[in-house]
Amino acid sequence: MVPDVVVVGAGIVGAACADALTEAGLSVTVLESRFAGGATTAAAMGHIVVMDDSEAQFALTSLSRGLWEGLASRMPRACEDERTGTLWVAADDTEMAHVRRKAAFYAERGVEVEQLDASDLEREEPNLRPGLAGALRVPGDRVVYPVNAARWLLGRAVGRGARLVEGAEASSIGARRVMTPRGAFEAGAVVNAAGAAAPLLTPGLPVAPRKGHLVITDRYPGFCRHQLIELGYLTSAHSPSPESVAFNLQPRATGQMLLGSSREFVGLDASVNRRIRDRMVRRALEFMPGLARLSAIRTWTGFRPATPDNLPLIGRWESIPGLFVAAGHEGLGITTALGTARLVTDVILGRPSPIDPAPYSPMRAFPKTAHA
Amino acid sequence: MPDRVRLTVDGRSVPVEAGVTVAAALANAGVASLRSSVTGEGRGVLCAMGICFECRVAIDGAPHRRACMELVRDGMSIATGPDHGLQTTDDGLSHEALDGDVAVVGAGPAGIAAACRAAESGARTVVLDEGLTPGGQIHRHLPGAEPPEAARRWIERLARSGAVVIGGASVFDVARHGEAFLLSAETPSGACAVTAKRVILATGARELFLPFPGWTLPGVMGAGGAQALLKSGASFAGRAAVVAGSGPLLLPVAASLAKAGADVALVAEQAGLSTVAGFGAGLARFPGKLLEAARYRAAFLGAPYRTGTWVAEARGAGCVESVVMTDGRKRFEVACDLAAVAFGLVPNTELARLCGCAMRGSAVAVDENQETSVEGVFCAGEPCGVAGVDVAVAEGEIAGMAAAGRADPAAEPALGRARASGRRFAARMEGAFSPRAEIRGLARPDTIVCRCEDAPLSALASCSSAREAKLASRAGMGPCQGRVCGPALQFLFGWDSDTVRPPARPALIGHLTVSR
Repeated sequence: MVPDVVVVGAGIVGAACADALTEAGLSVTVLESRFAGGATTAAAMGHIVVMDDSEAQFALTSLSRGLWEGLASRMPRACEDERTGTLWVAADDTEMAHVRRKAAFYAERGVEVEQLDASDLEREEPNLRPGLAGALRVPGDRVVYPVNAARWLLGRAVGRGARLVEGAEASSIGARRVMTPRGAFEAGAVVNAAGAAAPLLTPGLPVAPRKGHLVITDRYPGFCRHQLIELGYLTSAHSPSPESVAFNLQPRATGQMLLGSSREFVGLDASVNRRIRDRMVRRALEFMPGLARLSAIRTWTGFRPATPDNLPLIGRWESIPGLFVAAGHEGLGITTALGTARLVTDVILGRPSPIDPAPYSPMRAFPKTAHA
Repeated sequence: MPDRVRLTVDGRSVPVEAGVTVAAALANAGVASLRSSVTGEGRGVLCAMGICFECRVAIDGAPHRRACMELVRDGMSIATGPDHGLQTTDDGLSHEALDGDVAVVGAGPAGIAAACRAAESGARTVVLDEGLTPGGQIHRHLPGAEPPEAARRWIERLARSGAVVIGGASVFDVARHGEAFLLSAETPSGACAVTAKRVILATGARELFLPFPGWTLPGVMGAGGAQALLKSGASFAGRAAVVAGSGPLLLPVAASLAKAGADVALVAEQAGLSTVAGFGAGLARFPGKLLEAARYRAAFLGAPYRTGTWVAEARGAGCVESVVMTDGRKRFEVACDLAAVAFGLVPNTELARLCGCAMRGSAVAVDENQETSVEGVFCAGEPCGVAGVDVAVAEGEIAGMAAAGRADPAAEPALGRARASGRRFAARMEGAFSPRAEIRGLARPDTIVCRCEDAPLSALASCSSAREAKLASRAGMGPCQGRVCGPALQFLFGWDSDTVRPPARPALIGHLTVSR
């Protein structure tokens, strides 16, 4: 039986696509090179966040966060879903001005926000250093454990009859067919959701691996309550420079702190780069000196699939019949997986989407960069 | 009367003997359950040598401190039970930097021999040892106490050698640093960075723990663990003990428990009689070992020694009260309040793997000079394959000479001969005592496999690798970094352990950046 769709990749994006496609009544096979959620998804923080860096990014993240909210009551505990909210932390008055602009942007678009002054911030997060100017709170943002969220989404799809084939590494994607060492898989449509590996299967996709480091601590319940991000984060995320770091701290449901973030273009070298990890740690200590007393129990790295304009690639890949792309989510793949799955399902079924899909089309024109 | 100090344990003032570890003091005060696991189970000492993190308590407001690795101090405040938030703002982070020609990790028999040989040949030598005194697990002794007779000569030689010894140092990173290596460690006084041209890894071995129902009850600990706790100042007088599992270590453990006044109700070796008898007969070619074994047997004469018998379950409410033993056909219950159970030893290869050293099976591959596949990184003793103290000393001496680079180990052929003969003995022993297949079937679906994260066997069912199990069930994600469940998963499912990344031991975030 040839399925309606073969999804290549069982990371969070592939899993979400399988979930949405089966929910729409399509038959699906998911091919995964190793095991579900084991690559970029496993390295991700799992911050579900509405972004304001562009209208298109806002539209996709906001749609997606709404979809995550809709799933929250159904997710099992292992998904560690928690509505922590985000605090965008302003170090000084210049950044507070930025907080006001950001607050206006969200408020105009119906996203609940709250401005915190210095004393509010100290009360909310007493472990931040004194003397910070304030913060923007986005209370609806959440945290999930990406691996188990992906596995749960896949489980739903499998429950609707989807077939998950692990250990089937796609070697190429042709017209309505995927080649693997375990044979060819044919389908009415193929979705390339292979994350950082997507351009290997669809040459020409402008996706480059952007390495990141994370450090996780032992359990310190109550040490911090919100996902904390320095306002300068976007500068780091969008920086064309070969490496950057930003303060980004997440309280896990376990009581652990997950500490990021770093960005580098170094190919696929997964080893821990102690120099940039230390830069990242020092940056965090500037905001939260008390972190120094927390025990770090593991460090890992991962590769964000980065695109030249910081927007994902979602939609039809016109040079190969029946091929759709769901890739290039950089550091927002957990958030935007659900919105992506919605857009992919809509385009495959020829349905209208709740947001304009044009800005994410993989066929769009891209700025030239040194890395992608 | 020994000197006494006063601890505050969960708000209660407790006088304890001075000079012992926190774990021993708490054991003597009748506190068996030290922490509350992530699912709320009480947990006590398991390994007693800094590996398993089961004994962690909050000490003076700092959570997650290993009770087995710290000495009591007068006025020390200890909180057991659930995870406590950070209660201290003391930022007593301090950094120290040292420079040497040779850095030795571990001061057991191999590390001491290596350090002596390196320092005596003129190399500036720094030893980083996690123990409070040099000697390793086999010669464990408390600060201020006389070292065991067998170790005295080497420990005195180390003191004279000129090597700088830093005790209580947990090495959490070894990294290339230009032409040299940079080692990062946590010490009782802060953090320490050592730069050295050569590194000798003499990291010893730990016990193999395998899951069975009830194995997480306080009072169920390692066999070597019970012995280590004893050597750390615990009093086992009047305790009812069962010693079970596998390997030649069970005999000396039972002997020391008996000598300490414990009532050893049973010693059970899972290997069959023919295996053990065959092994004993084989010992004839190693008269030194035979004598050793006989002496241990004599010391606990009266305690039944059963072969082909293993523990199927530990029972108790809050603490172990009995163990159910089996020979595969019938089961019988033995009352005890101390079950010392381990299935042999596992080499500590984490630092070698962090360095990228090639492995041969579960051991680090080395050449005739004990150099690993990574130039400048040497390895000696148990990490190269569990083979006991004589091999460790010989390999340490060879590694020390070779790493210092001023003397040729080949010029002392007796060392090479001792190594070869000891390795042959070890190869025989390994096969004889490997855990039988039935032990794979002991854990039930709800039996916890990863004690840090309380991942039960059933959570691993759908997984096909250690990495997948870690990501999906959290097994191996806790502070012991898979040192306990990793080898268990290897035994149960044949899964290789996940890669080692820095920090190779938990380290304070403020210490991660010590070296840069």
